[in-house]
Amino acid sequence: MFRRLHKDSETLTITIDDVAMTLPAGSTVAAALLASGNMVCRKTPVSGADRAPYCLMGVCFDCLVEINGEPNQQACMVVVRPGMAVKRMPRPAPVAP
Amino acid sequence: MSEPIDLAIIGAGPAGMAAAALAAGHGLDVVVYDENQAPGGQIYRGFEAVAADRAADLDFLGDSYRAGLAIAHAFRASRARYQPSTSVWLIQKDRTIGISHAGRARMVEARRILIATGAMERPVPIPGWTLPGVMTVGAAQTALKAAGLVPRGPVVLGGKGPLLYQLAAQYLGAGVTIAAILETGARPLAALPHLVQAWWRTDYLEKGLALLRQIKNAGVTIIKNVSGLRAIGDGKLDAVEYRCGGTVQRIAAPLLLLHEGVIANVQLTMAIPAAHRWDEAQRCWHPVVDEYGDTDLEGIAVAGDGAGIGGAEAAASMGRLAALAAVHALGKISDGEFREIGYDLQRERRRYLAGRPFLDALYPPPAVAAALADDTLVCRCEEVSAGEIRRAVALGCTGPNQTKSFTRAGMGPCQGRMCGLTVAEVIADRLDRPMAEVGYYRIRPPIKPLTVGELAGLE
Ligand SMILES: Cc1cc2nc3c(=O)[nH]c(=O)nc-3n(C[C@H](O)[C@H](O)[C@H](O)COP(=O)(O)OP(=O)(O)OC[C@H]3O[C@@H](n4cnc5c(N)ncnc54)[C@H](O)[C@@H]3O)c2cc1C
Ligand code: FES
Repeated sequence: MFRRLHKDSETLTITIDDVAMTLPAGSTVAAALLASGNMVCRKTPVSGADRAPYCLMGVCFDCLVEINGEPNQQACMVVVRPGMAVKRMPRPAPVAP
Repeated sequence: MSEPIDLAIIGAGPAGMAAAALAAGHGLDVVVYDENQAPGGQIYRGFEAVAADRAADLDFLGDSYRAGLAIAHAFRASRARYQPSTSVWLIQKDRTIGISHAGRARMVEARRILIATGAMERPVPIPGWTLPGVMTVGAAQTALKAAGLVPRGPVVLGGKGPLLYQLAAQYLGAGVTIAAILETGARPLAALPHLVQAWWRTDYLEKGLALLRQIKNAGVTIIKNVSGLRAIGDGKLDAVEYRCGGTVQRIAAPLLLLHEGVIANVQLTMAIPAAHRWDEAQRCWHPVVDEYGDTDLEGIAVAGDGAGIGGAEAAASMGRLAALAAVHALGKISDGEFREIGYDLQRERRRYLAGRPFLDALYPPPAVAAALADDTLVCRCEEVSAGEIRRAVALGCTGPNQTKSFTRAGMGPCQGRMCGLTVAEVIADRLDRPMAEVGYYRIRPPIKPLTVGELAGLE
């Protein structure tokens, strides 16, 4: 869906649903999803509909994903680290109060 | 807990950065928290990465982006301590602040607090707005500034406001194909009376007109007075439908970007809670502040778009005013110096705000409730429709906190950020009551979710 305007100097590798992806250092997890060709990040708990990041500024909470085993992380607020394991959330775990 | 910080600032946008530089320059111990990984706020987002790795992008990111570099560099050069990737999830009246960074939560104390958390885009529901492939104009701009990402295919822009045209111009500069701009009712005639006052800001009007000319000259289809915007697709966006001049039209597109202006992000100020008032012109809630940004709470101020939409330059002026008040309150300048510098800053701020009534009238907030079909989702998190809210009102609910317990609208992870205004508009419309009376959700901390581990670590 999205493409990069530039070739990047410094890159690192993460996995999204166990598939490796190389991207520029400093990207957010949401940016990784947008550039991955499948921007869906989770299914909603109510109807099971697919959701993708919507606001990219931390207010909509649509971009929740599992990161390194921790569910319900805001993909647009988390910067990728080498080896990070990102998982789309088929059934979101309950959100902490 | 360690010694209190002199001035804790939340938000490293123009307001927070300008405030930090001024306060640190007068000898205050300043800490700036921001949940983003880099300073800049919304408007100057990613300025360091752009300057370092993507300087060519400055050509199409525009003059206003470039203009911010001075504020940003002054902030970096100052002695203010900057803590990125740190979200603030609690502020108490006694000026205890709850912060979370890298999966660890802790509390800090401050003598003065400046909340400079800025704005968010006004969420205006349309049918299908939850489909992947529908995003906001601000989101697209964030992807462009922070990551150099642009859409692969043609894109449709729907709505109105300066930001929408700014993104269109930036996209043209970056070689993105814009299938159409579907403009939802700008009001040039209603804005005319405000033009005289706005003339103080000719620079800004000229910029706006130049932007529109650039978009027209590029041959982009602009369709005006559009209504009935609808995102169509099964599992993802396939097409955008709209009504114009009595007929319904459809454009195939993989990406629709929506925008209906910006509103103050009041989540943090409401959670304390500071006093708020309903602003009829901007149709949103604002914290009640004086000309130095002081709220009704001792030592807690708000500056920038979080106190009311005024744009980046006014935000920086107001940040400096609030910082000056903190510097004065903590005894670093005399009453005379305070009055003298404050006077100049107030004048500067008034000049920056001169164009605002014109913009507010030109791009009025949409009449949300009237246009909402019963089956359109208003609460994205819990998937609650406008019809469900209307039914709850018919059953006797008179405010958003009641519809919340009836329908779950506002109970999801966004804590009502996306549905709060819409739900209240629907209730106000049904009961024919003013928004000020209908009220807003009671916001409770933590305003950012904490993990179980973070909560446990707090003890
Ligand atoms: C998505 C978007 C894009 C925009 N783009 C432009 C533009 O290109 N040009 C323009 O003229 N205007 C733009 N605006 C309007 C913008 O509001 C102002 O121009 C200007 O950025 C306001 O400055 P500010 O300092 O008040 O707040 P902002 O610049 O919004 O900065 C607020 C900062 O606070 C941080 N923050 C918020 N809540 C928390 C929290 N709980 N914990 C920690 N940190 C927090 C945010 O991460 C952000 O960095 C945009 C607005 C939005 C919402
Ligand atoms: S995309 Fe909205 S919170 Fe992340």
